[in-house]
Amino acid sequence: MVNLIWIAMIVVGIVYSMWNGTVSEVNTAMFDASTQAVELVIGFVAVFTFWLGMMEIANQSGLLDKLTKLTRPLLVKIFPELSPKDPALGFIMSNITANFFGLGNAATPFGLKAMSALQANNPNPHVPTRSMVTFLCLNTAALTLFPTTVISLRMTHGAIEPMDIVIPAFLATCCSCLVALTLDRIFYFFTIKKRRR
Amino acid sequence: MDVIASISTLFLPLLVVLILLYALSKKTDAYGAFTEGGKEGIRLSISLLPFLLGMLVAINILRASGLLDAMNQALSPVLAFLSIPPDLISLLFIRPISGSASLGMLADLTATYGPEHFISRAASIIQGSTDTTLYVLTVYFGAVGIKKMGRALTIGLLADIAGMTIAILITIWYFS
Repeated sequence: MVNLIWIAMIVVGIVYSMWNGTVSEVNTAMFDASTQAVELVIGFVAVFTFWLGMMEIANQSGLLDKLTKLTRPLLVKIFPELSPKDPALGFIMSNITANFFGLGNAATPFGLKAMSALQANNPNPHVPTRSMVTFLCLNTAALTLFPTTVISLRMTHGAIEPMDIVIPAFLATCCSCLVALTLDRIFYFFTIKKRRR
Repeated sequence: MDVIASISTLFLPLLVVLILLYALSKKTDAYGAFTEGGKEGIRLSISLLPFLLGMLVAINILRASGLLDAMNQALSPVLAFLSIPPDLISLLFIRPISGSASLGMLADLTATYGPEHFISRAASIIQGSTDTTLYVLTVYFGAVGIKKMGRALTIGLLADIAGMTIAILITIWYFS
């Protein structure tokens, strides 16, 4: 599906630009985007190297295990396919915690470690497992207590109370997480039923 | 609120101290572990480049061609019927696709209407309570080399629609 969406985005965009007279804009945009991607990755190298280094210390010293034990009862309910000893749980916990405090930069490397740990036990490495889908649902719904970028933006624009959106945003993100998790369950049981027929 | 703010700033430094002191108490080779884990960070981030580049190029072409604006205009009667303010429409559209573009729109709306206006508050809450679904899926699946996103994309986008609708309703309820 992504393949088709990707092709459609590019082809439709280019064809439309010919009709709309924006071909030269599209020309610049293509190569700007490539540069943008390289810059983004350079930023990633810095953040990932630091946080995955820290994570490895926590992993080898056993701190990660200890912290995971605290959240295990809840996580095992959300991820019923994972055994309570699965190493992915520690990374999932770290990712959710970092996201919760609005630390997107630190959350991404933990999330990617979680994905590699889940992929290690994936019987079919080209197809996402049930746990991966659940994990990504949680991530796209963005369970955040503290949306740091939005607050700093409101500060720079001179909001009287830049934080006044924290509580409603938190309520909204809780709702969208619940929706995402519910949809995930519904879709999962739906596909299981279809396979059995 | 200040408490939450200071927890958020202190969280990472305290985490680093906790990790290092715990490693010291367990006599772990912290420096060795750090460099070992760091190496994986380099590999992981470089391997993301083709996935990110491919998606960013596609998104930028759509934006530069003017097609996204045209789609906004085509859909505005429908959304006006659902009583969603027209200024929020572009944001609703772009939020799941591009984080930087939607942040730019939020900045624009905040500057135009002032931070205390309903539209800029609703936009802040939409931006703060959702994530860039397409970007998250690209990066996370890219890291393990999975090219089929399957139902994750459908669920992510459906949850975005629900989440953004809820965000607008909560803004109306909370600030009235």
